[in-house]
Amino acid sequence: MRDMRWPGMGICLLVAVVALVVLGPLVWPASPSAMNLDARDAGASLAHPLGTDQLGRDLAAQLMAGGRLSLTVALAAAAIGAGLGLCIGVAAGMSRRLDGPLMRLTDIFLCMPLLPLLLIAVTLFRAPLSAALGPEAGIFALITLSIGATSWMGTARVLRAEVRSVMQRDFISAAQLSGLRVPGVILHYILPNIAATLWVSVALAGASAILMEGALSFLGLGFPPDLPSWGRLIHAGTPYLETYPGRALWPGAMIAMTAIGITCLGDTLGRPPPRRK
Amino acid sequence: MRLYAFRRLAMALPTLLVISVVIFALLELAPGDPMAQLPSGISPEVRADMRISLGLDRPAPLRYLLWLNQILVIEPSVALDTLLGTTLSQNSPRILSWQTRGPVMALIAQRLPQTLVVVGLAYLVGTVAAVVLGVWSAARRGSALDRAGTGVAALGYGLPPYFTAAVLIYIFAIWLGWVPTVYDTTHKVTGWDSMVTQIRQMILPVAVLSLQTTAQITRYTRAAMQDALGQDYIRTARAKGLPERRVLLDHALRNSWVATLTVIALGAPQVFAGAIITEQIFGVNGIGQLLVRSLHAGDLPVVQTVTMLVATLIVLANLAADLIIARIDPRPVHA
Repeated sequence: MRDMRWPGMGICLLVAVVALVVLGPLVWPASPSAMNLDARDAGASLAHPLGTDQLGRDLAAQLMAGGRLSLTVALAAAAIGAGLGLCIGVAAGMSRRLDGPLMRLTDIFLCMPLLPLLLIAVTLFRAPLSAALGPEAGIFALITLSIGATSWMGTARVLRAEVRSVMQRDFISAAQLSGLRVPGVILHYILPNIAATLWVSVALAGASAILMEGALSFLGLGFPPDLPSWGRLIHAGTPYLETYPGRALWPGAMIAMTAIGITCLGDTLGRPPPRRK
Repeated sequence: MRLYAFRRLAMALPTLLVISVVIFALLELAPGDPMAQLPSGISPEVRADMRISLGLDRPAPLRYLLWLNQILVIEPSVALDTLLGTTLSQNSPRILSWQTRGPVMALIAQRLPQTLVVVGLAYLVGTVAAVVLGVWSAARRGSALDRAGTGVAALGYGLPPYFTAAVLIYIFAIWLGWVPTVYDTTHKVTGWDSMVTQIRQMILPVAVLSLQTTAQITRYTRAAMQDALGQDYIRTARAKGLPERRVLLDHALRNSWVATLTVIALGAPQVFAGAIITEQIFGVNGIGQLLVRSLHAGDLPVVQTVTMLVATLIVLANLAADLIIARIDPRPVHA
């Protein structure tokens, strides 16, 4: 009974968040960056459903814009992380020669202090990438790439084990005997058999990416103030927790809802279907 | 067992070396010049002299080896000198902070106790709560408590510390006014009253960190306990009339220790990462705050050393986890 409720909850949370972020601007077309110094630090009202910040920017609009940014980063970072993990996991699972070095590499990455290293990377490479790609694209690429490059290990490990067990099956030998080359075997026989596990990994990578982006921006080392993600909004709102609690609590609740929604969904996807009694 | 321990140790050392190369290379590859902040009036000759005195004229591999020497030989010998009164270090160049011009290790020694008190206590509270909750919810499977426990575990997994901290501060510090909003690190415990103040200001940071720990460990404890409770020896124990309490604690919990202890040992250093955020929110002047402040100020020697310290803790925790498992369950060693 409980198992049946969880996927519904995960989907509901995610649909609510995505609808708010994507469809919200249609209902509430205020600009997230338009300043109105007459209406600064306003409370919740009809003109500003969640109030405004110290520069009079509409908080509801900022929340939606920040959500689009945070969700895009999470999606892109999860795709990069899961893609890397897929390549490494399949390579390690199929080739005995590559297995040892690749798994050793995975172990070493798992031992790395990820948050400190990400903080270093984001701080040091910010200026050159901004100069090369423009300030907004530069910081976006930097955060997405660095989160993606440090979140492939779980996927690689799980997929390697899956690929190894698939490789033992007779249909793989049959495919190889029929003269199918390695890319064909991967595409037609291995990928379909590990797809379920792969989607769970993508979901979990997405959840941890959104939490990680939040952490970087919260520490003031992620997105800049003029391009606020949810994490940056919390960073800006935390000092005003006493007077204007909504500024930090709303974006925090959005991150939490997204992460919990994805985790619930991943949990149920990964579990074998419940047996009928 | 001893052979296995040596083999694991032999694997841990190269891992640490690789991590140190990564940290060094990351700082090395990053564009940016330590001299960039200096006034432009300084002549090129003086600049070149300063580069030489900072050792920046030497090739990167040599500087890496010198840094390793500082971390592995000089700093430990300085520590030994202060502890035992020996003269091993002989005034060798220590790792200096660019901000304070003082030794980095002195800064770390100043900050470590605050982090260890908060993080250590939080981890202790978190693990105890997780084991109790895991055992209990596995024993009363499907009950309200089990559902509440798994719900809390699922929530805590998705709740980032920067959100839980904000919510807890708002409810308990601002709304109810029971505890202070920030952690006063200058507070000295001298008597009963100051002890109470200390405990009150520690409640929130410890609660935030231990919620994270509890959420992660409960999942594993509960799963391991359920696995153990499904085994034949549990039915035997029940059949021979043992009280349920002994079945749970002596038979089921004992067999789920392997999984539980692994997670506990592996999770310990990750709490330091969580501490970076928690210290920032509550204003605890620990290691995490030192790292973030040094990053903002571009103080690379401090950043390098703190990151290496956390990496070492993670590798040591992995090693400890493997050795503990080998001690309580010899099967994987021989397999």
